[in-house]
Amino acid sequence: MTTLIPLLALVRKDLRLFFSDRRSVIVSFVVPIAIASFFGSIFSGTNNREPARIAVAIVDHDSSAISTGIVAAAGADKNFRLTSPAEAEARDAVKRGRASVAVIIPAGFGAAAGNAFFGNGDKPPLDLVYDPSRAMEVAMVRGILTQHVMEAVSREMFGGEQGRKMVAETLPQIAASSMPADEKRALADMLASVQKFYSQQPPVAGEATRRGITMPYTVREEAMTAGSNIAYNGYAHSFGGMAIQFLLFAMANAGIEMLLERQRGLWKRLRSAPVSRVTLLAGKGVSGTAISLMILLVSFAFAIIVFGVRIHGSVAGFFSVAIACAMMASAFGLLVAAIGGTPATARGVTTLAVLMMVMLGGAWVPTFIFPAWLQQFTMIVPVRWAVDGLDAMTWRGIGISGAVVPTLVLLGFTVVFGTIAIACFKWEEA
Amino acid sequence: MLEIRHLRKSFGTLVAVDDVSFSVERGQLVGLLGPNGAGKTTTVSMIAGLVTPERGDVLIGGARLAGDTDPKKRQIGLVPQDLALYDELPAGANLRFFGALYGLSGAALDRAIASALELVGLADRVSDRVSTYSGGMKRRLNLAAGLLHDPDILLLDEPTVGVDPQSRNAIFENLELLKSRGKALLYTTHYMEEVERLADRIVVIDHGRVIADDTLAGLQSRVAVAGGGPATLETVFLTLTGRSLRD
Repeated sequence: MTTLIPLLALVRKDLRLFFSDRRSVIVSFVVPIAIASFFGSIFSGTNNREPARIAVAIVDHDSSAISTGIVAAAGADKNFRLTSPAEAEARDAVKRGRASVAVIIPAGFGAAAGNAFFGNGDKPPLDLVYDPSRAMEVAMVRGILTQHVMEAVSREMFGGEQGRKMVAETLPQIAASSMPADEKRALADMLASVQKFYSQQPPVAGEATRRGITMPYTVREEAMTAGSNIAYNGYAHSFGGMAIQFLLFAMANAGIEMLLERQRGLWKRLRSAPVSRVTLLAGKGVSGTAISLMILLVSFAFAIIVFGVRIHGSVAGFFSVAIACAMMASAFGLLVAAIGGTPATARGVTTLAVLMMVMLGGAWVPTFIFPAWLQQFTMIVPVRWAVDGLDAMTWRGIGISGAVVPTLVLLGFTVVFGTIAIACFKWEEA
Repeated sequence: MLEIRHLRKSFGTLVAVDDVSFSVERGQLVGLLGPNGAGKTTTVSMIAGLVTPERGDVLIGGARLAGDTDPKKRQIGLVPQDLALYDELPAGANLRFFGALYGLSGAALDRAIASALELVGLADRVSDRVSTYSGGMKRRLNLAAGLLHDPDILLLDEPTVGVDPQSRNAIFENLELLKSRGKALLYTTHYMEEVERLADRIVVIDHGRVIADDTLAGLQSRVAVAGGGPATLETVFLTLTGRSLRD
């Protein structure tokens, strides 16, 4: 008897069972598309839209030229959504999560900051009241605010009324000081030159015409995608990641179904037939690979049609990674069936295993945000290779060379999972 | 047709089957009786190739059964105690799948499905999902799945558990028909009246060993009862196996 008839029957039966279960189909095809669409919209990058502004409340108790300059600059900053409430309201806004940071400029800040600018005064505090759950936004606010404070203070000290006054007050102090004569003369000459400069430039009403210390460079950013005219498409990553997650869930479920088949006595019927063990497992392996591949391809087809995801790399490479990923997932299902114990136990353990794999593999968020040691650790997670391979073939636009290593590694995981499954599979049906 | 020679199987320290031998001829139904844990299912499992014996042989038509893919397995049909069916699929799809495992395809498979369903009286429900079947219908379909490839030997492991009298009677009639067609049937059950009605010979097994292998009349003659009439099979069984409770 040819082994092809039973093999095809095994595959056909599994496919039919899978598609007869409406819940499985929805979970495997619709849910990943829905979740990937959501994640894709979040991670699509700044090319597609303006980034979300950080809610900042600023309270100015000083009302000096410097503090009003800071408030004006912060208000014009595209990174901030600025409000200027009273201090109590500002603190309440942070407490309730309506603002990430409240910046409180104390009275006397401008004068003290001007003195501290030349190093001969105490540095005045600038109070930041922040929401501890938004540490990244606080760090951004701190950095941006530094720029605005430096600009406001330097502008005032090099051309404003406060700067003139300070020079006028400092010259007599130098003359009366006990510093060495040559140093005294050099400092007095410098400040006299500054005073002369001030006298030639009358105070200006429009602050915008004067500039303080500014960033001495601009940044020219280039997103390294598949090509110079090709924008990063976050949906490519999210659809790859979610499809992998749900095909792993589908295969884990297939493994649990095998345990249920055993419980229901179906394996007695399979084992009593003149069919080899290899054929029985191959049937499961082929059907699992086919289902996994369908989940992956349907997800990407949706992403291509609806969100404009493109395979900018090698199409052959994309399919080689996809097939290797599907085989790996199918072998994972066999592993679940081989070592899963009871269906209930297997369900709990495999859910945890799949979630760990997809989380560490970068299916939810890119692995670069992980600590360095964890990034190294994720190299032993098959999902990492699948995600990297699909990223390489889609938005990164790397050629077939980018698919070779992920494909080989995924096939390696297939062999490992498959070998353990075969070694541990319980064949006797007492 | 089916000959069992000195089968032995143990699980850890438990010897489930020890030196079991018996045979089933064409057109004969042999009842395999025993208390719970006596070794009946393990014996049937070894005959069906589900469990590998430590010792002994299973002979089909005089030839030793060897390995998972031995073509002689095609001469054996198993009707397991469990309702080994895919509830989510229609009856026809179930039988199509089980038939393909024995290499059936195309018109031959269609004929086999029609014949098996006709025999068990489910021809008009071929397209219905098994989940819509009653318990008795599932039992009959379970029987049909074992018959599909027209085996010479049928192993029936408690095939009437949980069915109503009508379905049970229908199954009995099916088995009598199969016997008349020359099939060799090995039938395990706890229901003595079934064996009394169907069996040509009865093998009683306990603690993994055959303790009796005889006709009903032969077994009855071993036990004397007050009044001089023949003992019931249940009396014989309890006399042979004792009255202590089993696990």
